[in-house]
Amino acid sequence: MLEIKNLKVNYGGIEAVKGISFSVPEGSIVTLIGANGAGKSTTLRTISGLIRPNGGSVIFQGGDITGMEPAAIVEKGITMVPEGRKIFPDLTVLENLKIGAYLRKDNLNDDLEWVFSLFPRLKERTWQPGGTLSGGEQQMLAVGRALMSRPKLIMMDEPSLGLAPLVVRDIFNIIQEINRQGVTILLIEQNANMALKTADIGYVMETGRITLSGSGAELLANEGIKAAYLGS
Amino acid sequence: MAFIEKNLPYILAGISVGGQYALIAIGYTMVYGILRLINFAHGDLFMAAGFMMVYLSATLPLYIAIPLVIILTVILGFLIERVAYKPLRKAPRMSVMISAIGVSYFIQNSAWYITSGLAKQYPTIPVISNSINVWGSTTTVVTVITPILTIILVAALVALIRYTKIGMAMRAVSRDFETSQLMGIRINTVISYTFVIGSFLAAVGSLLYFTNYTTVTPTAGSMPGLKAFVAAVFGGIGSIPGAVLGAFIIGICENIIKGLGWTTFYDAFTFALLIIILIAKPSGLFGEKSTDKV
Repeated sequence: MLEIKNLKVNYGGIEAVKGISFSVPEGSIVTLIGANGAGKSTTLRTISGLIRPNGGSVIFQGGDITGMEPAAIVEKGITMVPEGRKIFPDLTVLENLKIGAYLRKDNLNDDLEWVFSLFPRLKERTWQPGGTLSGGEQQMLAVGRALMSRPKLIMMDEPSLGLAPLVVRDIFNIIQEINRQGVTILLIEQNANMALKTADIGYVMETGRITLSGSGAELLANEGIKAAYLGS
Repeated sequence: MAFIEKNLPYILAGISVGGQYALIAIGYTMVYGILRLINFAHGDLFMAAGFMMVYLSATLPLYIAIPLVIILTVILGFLIERVAYKPLRKAPRMSVMISAIGVSYFIQNSAWYITSGLAKQYPTIPVISNSINVWGSTTTVVTVITPILTIILVAALVALIRYTKIGMAMRAVSRDFETSQLMGIRINTVISYTFVIGSFLAAVGSLLYFTNYTTVTPTAGSMPGLKAFVAAVFGGIGSIPGAVLGAFIIGICENIIKGLGWTTFYDAFTFALLIIILIAKPSGLFGEKSTDKV
């Protein structure tokens, strides 16, 4: 579904991504793990159109989307849940969800019901400003907001960051639930353990390069990964 | 009561001028809210609207000239943004500010060139230039219409921002460019809307303001522009209700000072107020409050 070919990105004066290639098959959960500064976020931000790559290409459903503006990429069916959730604090929960469907002109009621069925907590807080929600609720809102555009592929940048372990488990359950409902997922995580348990395919990124790849289970069993990322 | 009775003409004039400042101040505050830019060219856009009226009304009937002035001012405001600010979107904020100062002088100098620096007679707009008696004091219709029109326009604007999709996008963009883009919002479109609205209000303000004066000069936009800017800072820059309230307070205070016989000092009052606000409450009356939760 998504093919990244030899992607190179300079960001902030350094070559943050040094020619990586990977693919995300339709219906799968793919994770990119790696330490801080490995280039994971830069990769996602490039796919979403926030940064222009210096080389390589991004192919989505057979079409070249390299260097397109973010709105065009959302229109193609790729949405991103940014790092740190980035919900709009002054907009109500309902407005935050509606703004996720900004480019859509059809009726949103079914999708709102769908999001509320996934996250019943949000329904209770429809009229509350987004900024008054707890961290976990904000993450749910960020995921719900991304779903409102009816994406084919959701990219999530560190969804577990700063959340309590129980909430992290909730979020990963939701990720699997969304995936079962037909949305492909590209996840980047520092919580490698959780990510690899959830993912079908994993890639390990180190200083701008992909150094290892395999199924989630294979990588979880890999001694090198255990030592470097799983702390055991 | 005696004070109000004695000063009624000044208070009425103050409310009227306050409304005119408010219409300009909204342009400053909205642009600041989205781009964090003080659009120094805004006062000159207001002056340009004045000259457009002078030239257009010379050849066209008012019912065509007035809408045309509004449309052309909106186009000019839109073009200023596209030509002078949009290419600098990723540049440091200081560069954009310098560009704004450049645009300001460019418009002023163009006006000098076109008019040879001579003050031009502003046309009399019938009906609103007529005299009217309000509670025993004589004033012009424009004095009464300005605050009413201002309130209507502000209410419409607040409704637009609160209840429409583009309004929601404006609130989102003013908070976070990048996340707004991830939602599929085209930032440049939203910014253009902001300039269009600000320019529209400045054009209306210009029609009302210059009706009270007989002439327009190339520097005629500076002082009302600065006053409106002070009003926006006073109200808390970025806040629309703040800018409107600030504008009315400044307009009324200035005119009461005139009524007390200190006409020489009324400009000084406004800028003294600016200094006091910046020292005592830099965020203004309704300054941006942050509800960020990390």
